[in-house]
Amino acid sequence: MDKEDITKERLNLSIWKDFFEILRPYKIQFLKIVGMMVFVGAMDAIFPLLSKYAIDNFVEKSKLEGLLSFGLIFLIAALTFSISIYLFIALAGKLETQMAYDIRKLGFEKLQTLSLSYYDNKAVGWLMSRMTSDIQKLSETISWGLVDFSWGITMMLGVTIAMLILNWQLALITLIVVPFVALISIYFQKRILNAQRVVRKNNSQITAAFNEDIQGAKTTKTLVREDINLKEFSELTSNMKKNAIKATVLSSIYLPLVLLLGSIGTALAINFGGNYVIRDIISYGTLVAFISYTTQLFEPIRQMAVIFAEVQTAQASAERVFSLLKEEPEIIDSQEVIEKYGDIFNPKKEKWPEIIGDVEFRNVSFSYKDGEEIVRDFNLHVHPGETIALVGETGAGKSTIVNLFCRFYEPTEGEILIDGINYKEMPQKWIHESLGYVLQSPHLFSGSIRDNIRYGNLDASDEDIIKACKLVNAHDFIMAMEKGYDTEVGEGGNLLSTGQKQLLSFARAIVRNPRLFVLDEATASIDTETERIIQDAIQNVLEGRTSFVIAHRLSTIKNADRILVIKDGRIIEAGNHRELILSKGYYYDLYKNQFIREESKIITNQVFN
Amino acid sequence: MVFYFAKGGKHLTEIKKLLKFTRGYGLMYSIGIVSIILSQGVTLLSPLVIRTTIDSIIGSSIIENKRVAYFVGLLGGRAGLRENLWIIGIIIIFITLLRGIFLYLKNTMSSKSAENIAEKIKNQLYDHIQKLPYEYHVSAETGELIQRCTSDVDTIRRFLAIQLMEVVGSFFMLVFTIGIMVSLSPRMALISISMLPLSFAFAYIFFKRVKKDFKEADEAEARLSTTLQENLTGIRVVKAFAREGYEIENFDKKNSEHKRLNTKLIINLASYWAIADFISFSQIGLVIVLGSYQAVKGYISLGTLIAFTSYIGMLVWPVRQMGRTLTDMGKAFVSLKRIDEIFLEPIEVLIENGEEPPISGDIEFMNVYFEYEKDRPVLKDISFKVKAGETIAFIGPTGSGKSSLVHLLPRLYDYTKGSIKLDGHELKSIDRHWVRKNVGLVLQEPFLYAKTIKENIRLSNPSYPDKRVYDAAKTASIHDDINSFEDKYETMVGERGVSLSGGQKQRMAIARTIINDYPIVIFDDSLSAVDTSTDIEIREALKTRRNKSTTIIISHRISTVAGADKIYVLDKGKIVQSGNHEQLINEEGLYKRVYTIQSSYEDL
Repeated sequence: MDKEDITKERLNLSIWKDFFEILRPYKIQFLKIVGMMVFVGAMDAIFPLLSKYAIDNFVEKSKLEGLLSFGLIFLIAALTFSISIYLFIALAGKLETQMAYDIRKLGFEKLQTLSLSYYDNKAVGWLMSRMTSDIQKLSETISWGLVDFSWGITMMLGVTIAMLILNWQLALITLIVVPFVALISIYFQKRILNAQRVVRKNNSQITAAFNEDIQGAKTTKTLVREDINLKEFSELTSNMKKNAIKATVLSSIYLPLVLLLGSIGTALAINFGGNYVIRDIISYGTLVAFISYTTQLFEPIRQMAVIFAEVQTAQASAERVFSLLKEEPEIIDSQEVIEKYGDIFNPKKEKWPEIIGDVEFRNVSFSYKDGEEIVRDFNLHVHPGETIALVGETGAGKSTIVNLFCRFYEPTEGEILIDGINYKEMPQKWIHESLGYVLQSPHLFSGSIRDNIRYGNLDASDEDIIKACKLVNAHDFIMAMEKGYDTEVGEGGNLLSTGQKQLLSFARAIVRNPRLFVLDEATASIDTETERIIQDAIQNVLEGRTSFVIAHRLSTIKNADRILVIKDGRIIEAGNHRELILSKGYYYDLYKNQFIREESKIITNQVFN
Repeated sequence: MVFYFAKGGKHLTEIKKLLKFTRGYGLMYSIGIVSIILSQGVTLLSPLVIRTTIDSIIGSSIIENKRVAYFVGLLGGRAGLRENLWIIGIIIIFITLLRGIFLYLKNTMSSKSAENIAEKIKNQLYDHIQKLPYEYHVSAETGELIQRCTSDVDTIRRFLAIQLMEVVGSFFMLVFTIGIMVSLSPRMALISISMLPLSFAFAYIFFKRVKKDFKEADEAEARLSTTLQENLTGIRVVKAFAREGYEIENFDKKNSEHKRLNTKLIINLASYWAIADFISFSQIGLVIVLGSYQAVKGYISLGTLIAFTSYIGMLVWPVRQMGRTLTDMGKAFVSLKRIDEIFLEPIEVLIENGEEPPISGDIEFMNVYFEYEKDRPVLKDISFKVKAGETIAFIGPTGSGKSSLVHLLPRLYDYTKGSIKLDGHELKSIDRHWVRKNVGLVLQEPFLYAKTIKENIRLSNPSYPDKRVYDAAKTASIHDDINSFEDKYETMVGERGVSLSGGQKQRMAIARTIINDYPIVIFDDSLSAVDTSTDIEIREALKTRRNKSTTIIISHRISTVAGADKIYVLDKGKIVQSGNHEQLINEEGLYKRVYTIQSSYEDL
């Protein structure tokens, strides 16, 4: 079981302090809800008194005067009650959705401003669950917990007070069971909630197993694993079944126990109350009210126990949400930079010098927070328009160099100059606005092809978009589609082929006409025709821009102005393809082991066509 | 209720399907049903006891009901009980105890049978899905399928464990209560139920109509999640293109929409609860006012009035709830249908005749044709022969039919025309189960399970000893890589463990295949992500294994296929050249051309 899944036994006060800070804007709504619930709870406590009144005043005294106005009062009470029910549900519901909206908004803004390094070791699912279920849980527990809590307290107090006023001796006798109900409720609710959590955990394991069942179907077939699979799966389902039954058994014991305790209260009321009636100490109506109260009291107690148990889970959610909200971006623009050039949301672009594309790494070193050095004493001068191919094994530091160039990371030592300016003296957006970036696995957003390309340049006209697509050879396949540029690409672009996605990601990068370009070449295999088109597109895209390419295709490498061979964060060889091959060094080995393979496939395909 | 089950007629087929799943748990479930009925019956006793106590024990009315009078006599008569009211208390506690026991039985029995049924459905679904033909999986929509297997099954479970029980319970509560009410005072009974149809109809209609709002809110949530997910997976793009502001705006739109629709839903629900409660309270008020009137007039006793005020509470709340539950129950039929759609997909028959002919590795293809779509053959007139222990290779461009060809051997697809023989037995006549136990296929992009490395290697048989796992890993040149991980063979693979490189995954796939010592092994371009020296290492290691398998290699690389006993050049579904490496480089043709270019690179 994950650490996060175990209910924290102790209340973490510092979390709740943070929390109340966030709750400040909702103070008024809070007060309204509490006020409403006090009213509703009081009404709940008063309703049995209406029956008592009817019995004592009409039935016992055998008179009918006032019955009609009593009925009217009852109706008005019912109406007020119903209106207050409407109001509290609407208030609490609005609070819940508003709070979820606000926290989500804060969280999302935070996510957008956090540096890329934050994302390096975090799974998307991990962040998703914070932004969705944790926030949901938190706002739900706060608003409805508040409702139940204020209602429960008022109701308990109201009933207790009403009973004490009606007859304090009888009240004390019947209330004896309350502490027991409370203890049992707290004991069981916690366990029930934990058991349910285990069931949910089992359920997600089963979902994962179904996922493997579908994704791994081919493997299952080729390895004839059907029987073993089913056996393993039925262990999961049987486990879930057992735990689910366990959770039900717990609540099946709890409910009868509480009912039983309640009936002891009723029995006490009948025994003592009945005697009091016989001895004329109390009226019939009072006895009836007491009997109602003894059965009414256990619901608020149960509610309170549920709240206590839920607050503990909500605390775990709160901790996760706050750890996100309190996170600080690693790369921030200094105060002077913001004053001079504007912040991330209000840039003063008119003051930014235009980028020409001269890039210099001066004694740059970079290490992670844990001290692991990735790049050391890196020096490089790139002239405007030059294409630099970075080659080397996985983990050699190629991506880090590109990340440093893009200012996704900043050097721990040394400096990086763009057109002679240390980029730390400029806003982060300065580079990003002039940057074209193509990822290894192209990522598109839901929406049309046009929307996706315009993502690169929000001011691009339709002509600009078509021009960009023509440049990267994407225009033809787009026009071949029924809806052309308005074709929906689906979630993550999944309705398109890998090759098509790559071409669109080129077009998106080029439509902004960037001076700086980063290309992390894809390794996924695609068909010959597309391969040729993509190679062609790459040449067009890199033309005349200062480019860094993490290269896998031999053709791209060969066309680069300079090849840098990276090993352990340093340049160990540099030159063009021919020079490096002739020197028979590390590049030569790399070439024989790695690039030749991609190439031989492409060649095989070309020979056949 | 009647209305509902009359309407249920159109769900007859679904009900039959449900009964199919519930087989074996009928008795258990019936105990649950009987328990809820009994528990409701017992619950109704308390107000009767209290009524008698107030009227005839504490008060002085004569007990009309003979049985009740007898019972009171048994407990010491009116006078005796008046002195010992605690006996009444004990009776109340005893009734509640009984009710508790029945409730316990109902909850545990219904939950046990529902959980068992859900387990059964899930297991059957899982097994059915893994046995669906390969073809089905190529185009399967994973998310949609998983949803059916999890949430739709849960809808059915809730239907059985909660909703049906609740409706049956409420129904009997209604019947019993009305019965008792009528016996106490028919007129009061009529007053008590006068507004119930309104309450029920209001709930039923409301939840029917609000369905759309629920759906809209769900969809808004899905859109919010999608936007978030796309932003997080594409955060690099967002940053690189400096689109943070745009993304925040875009997310805010989805977030506001989500808020708006959810608020709307809650406001709708708020008005529902308010109106429903108003109806219920009016009903209670009606009983109190008109009941008091009746009591004053002497038509009913005080005890009866009190009993009615209790019964009315037992009546109004379940009826209010029932309208909602009934609309919810409709979902179960939709879920059943969606699940049944999966079961209706025909599965592969793994064992047909049960014959298990020994297979040593001779393969013969005779004029084999294969097509995925009608009249568009991807393999045409393929004929070749391999003797046990030989190695053959296929080379050809992407889309030439190489992969299709090797998919035929483990019977992932069946050929359209011609004949394939394994050791002289027609392939189609050998059970898939047995074929696959003899033909190993190493995939190009292997799927690894979220298990440890060791478990992934002995995937086909968890009882293989460690030694065998290590040997297979060594042959596949992955042993050293594994030992470089902190937890070695116990390292978890996938999201919660290490992520392996493409080459490592391929070598894992080789290890988990060759561990089985198949007579026939196919490498479907499965060395493509492995570097040249490792490629050679693996092929050398394979040669020295004890049981020499018939080996089929598919590749783009001449160096990989060169060592084969026979090489087939495949183009557009046809064999265009064949022979060993020596022969092929000495004849004019595609092979020689590819060889010339590739070796010019390799020798540079």
